[in-house]
Parts: sequence; C-alpha cells; structure tokens
Amino acid sequence: MRVRVDEAKCQGHARCFALVPELFAVDDYGRSSVIGDGSVPAALEERTRLAIANCPEFAVEEIPD
Amino acid sequence: MTRTAAVADWTSDFDVLDPGYVLDPFGIWDELRTRFPIAHSDRRGSTWLPTRYEDVTAIAHDVEHFSSLQVAVIPFDGTPPSDPVLPYGLPPISSDPPLHTWTRRLLLPWFSHARVGSYEAMTRALCRRLLATFADAGAADAAGHYAQQIPVRVVAHILGVDDALADTFTGWVRDVLEFADDPERRARGVRGLVGYFLAEIARRRIDPGEDLLSMLLHAEVDGAPVEESLVLGTAALVLIAGVDTTWSAIGSSLWHLATHDEDRRRLVAEPGIMAFAVEELLRAYSPVTMARVVTADLEFGGCPMKAGDKVLMNFPAANRDPAVFERPDTVVLDRAVNRHVAFGSGIHRCAGSNLARMELRVALEEWLAAIPEFRLDPAAQVTWAGGQVRGPRELPVVFPVPGARATGTAR
Repeated sequence: MRVRVDEAKCQGHARCFALVPELFAVDDYGRSSVIGDGSVPAALEERTRLAIANCPEFAVEEIPD
Repeated sequence: MTRTAAVADWTSDFDVLDPGYVLDPFGIWDELRTRFPIAHSDRRGSTWLPTRYEDVTAIAHDVEHFSSLQVAVIPFDGTPPSDPVLPYGLPPISSDPPLHTWTRRLLLPWFSHARVGSYEAMTRALCRRLLATFADAGAADAAGHYAQQIPVRVVAHILGVDDALADTFTGWVRDVLEFADDPERRARGVRGLVGYFLAEIARRRIDPGEDLLSMLLHAEVDGAPVEESLVLGTAALVLIAGVDTTWSAIGSSLWHLATHDEDRRRLVAEPGIMAFAVEELLRAYSPVTMARVVTADLEFGGCPMKAGDKVLMNFPAANRDPAVFERPDTVVLDRAVNRHVAFGSGIHRCAGSNLARMELRVALEEWLAAIPEFRLDPAAQVTWAGGQVRGPRELPVVFPVPGARATGTAR
C-alpha cells in the first residue's frame, strides 16, 4: 500500500497526523505530508485506511499500483 | 429574545435564535434535510440555511461565489465592512484571498501542533486549579465555573495579555457573539475589545514581548509592517474565536457525559479512546456556524441566490447528515470513521483547531480524573446559547464528594 497527501487539497486539519504520526508529518502551517516515499508498512495499513477515511478534505489518497 | 417571533414554517422562515431551535436544533435539521435541504428566511436579511454535508462543504470550497467578508450569523445593524476602525473586519476569518492567505500565514505557526503542545502543561495546571475550587463541594456549574474559565486564559497567554482580565474578555466576547441581537450590547463588546487592544498595541510598539500580539505588530510582509487595523482585527479575532467556541465544546461534552452514564463510565475506564471521543463529541455537538455572503446572482442546489444574500455554514447540521455518518444522532465514543467538519472545510479551516482539540481533551481528562461520577442537578436548569456558537451557558451538575470515596483515586 502507498499513499500521498494532495497538497492542493490539504487544509491542515491534521487528522492523518493524529491517527498515524509514524507516517504523516505536519509543518508549522499545518500542512501534512507523507514521510518517506509513501510506502505504508503492513503494521500501519489499518490506521492509514482510517486516515484516508477521516480526512475532511479528501486529501489523503491511496496511490494505485 | 424579544425579537424572535414564533416560527411556523422552518423551510421559508427559519430563525436560528428561536429558543426551541437553540435548545434542540437536531430534529429541525433532520426534517429540513429530507424535505428542504437549503432553507430560506428573510428575518435578518435574505439568508439560506443548508443542512446537507455535501452542500455545506461545496459552499465552503467555493470562495469565489461565497465570500467571507461577512461572517457574522447575526448581521451587524451598521455597515462594518466600511468600519473606519476595523476596515478589514477580523482577518483572516473575515477575508478572502489574497488578504486571507497572508494574514492566515502569520497566525498559523502560533497554533501548530508543536506550538500547541507547549501550551498543554499550563492548560492542565489551569484545569486542576479550577477543579480544586469546587471538587469538594459536590456541586458546580460545569459551564460557568469550569468550561468558560479555560480557553480565555490559554488564549490570553498566547496573546500575551493579562489573564486577570479573563472575565472582562469573556464579557466582551459574549457581547459580540452571544448577544449579537442586541445592538447596544454588541457595540459595547466591540468598543471594549478595540479600546483594550489599541492600548496593548501602543504599549508593545515601545516594549515588545514574545507574544502573538508583539509578533503581529513587528512582522514584515513583503518588506512592510502590517497595518495597525489588521493587527487589531487579528488580535481581536484570536480572542473572539478562541473563547466562546472551545468553551462551548467543553460545556457540551460535559453535558453529554452528565446525561449519558454509559459513555461517561466508558471514557473513565478506557482512556485510550479519548482521541476518538474528542472527535466524536466535536462532531455531535459542533458549536460553530459561520456565514458567507453571495457575490453574484447564482443558482445553487435549485435555490435562486442573489448577490448579497447570506448563507449560514451549518457545519453542525452537516455533521449529523445520515448520508455521511451512520447513526448520526448517536454519540459513538470510539467512532472510527468520522470525516466531520466541526472546524469548517476548505481554506477557512479553523486556524485554532489544534488548540481547541488539546483544550477539550485536557479539560475532559482532568475533569474525569477529579470527578468521574456526575449528573445534572435535578433542582437546577441548564441554559443554552445559540446563533453563531451553540453551547451550554449554565450547566449545574452534582457529584459525590471525594471524602465519600477511597482516598487517592482522583488526583
């Protein structure tokens, strides 16, 4: 599984960061980004799916294979 | 309120200050959502009230047609975008791009995740100090003695203003937001805030500190200082938006826990679900409604909107939309999928959302640690405020005094 944060959509709600701090980072302006190349370790997949499902801006997206 | 005549038809003549609506808007929203998902009223100028998540979020994202130049749910009787003291209102909330973009950028770092973390210890100490004043009494006003006392002091700390004036600040903010229907009271609140912040600004020109107000005053944007009216508006915004809103969320959450024994006991027993519970309580009792003004005649959702019409961004109703949330009227403390928009949606996402979440979580953690068992006082009345911000204003609760329990359980 791989994910990305659409910079144009992210408004800094920080829901992804709250759910999976191992995978997402937030900057001083609230913008989220994915740490690394977006590959999601198996152990984080379930919480990452929640991050996708909880983003109010639909900014967290799974990258199709 | 005296000006509120009874509402016969909520689809064409709604009134957000109707006492029944303030007390329990949820059933009205459900009915509107199925029958007439964008209601209309002429009671305070031509105003639209969407209740569906899809409509509310679509309008929030269309900043070209739905401007933030007038965000007050209860319109000012005067004409303040042309106010000489606050020509830009309270930016960034009352502005559109490009002004919105750079004023918001000045503010955001003060409310970043990392910065908010640095306010947590003082917030926790404050909550404990407040609880110590009534935990042995067996009764308290959870709104007036607790919820109301927390955010104003945290925000005063961030702004660098004297938190001994907390009650005065709260009075001004209530005048502006809660008593907005009373022009004299609203004007008094605005006068109080403006006069106070102008004096604080003058002081910091000579003697700047490390606080948000000093930063705004000494910031340079494109090589130029920020206009004083913008500093004033932004500082007033931080106080206005940071006080009533979070206080209402804390109060509503405590009301829920006072009236739902199973949820309260579950949250005490399972502190690990707190992060989910905070989001769920924010969803179910979203305090804030903002307004937008239509910029050009257009049709939206089949409604003929005219330039100058207001739209009430009904985030609280969106968060109860069954098209998005399963069992929307039930609080599910560990609700896992919860795409709520309590902090808005789009470019005006609440700049203080990290702070509000921290304050709500810490306030609940500390209350439950000190007073795990409590219920509404059957001999007293809960009162609610509504309009721009909905939450309990008096929340009398009773609870067993610590002496009756084993020692050392609470704090």
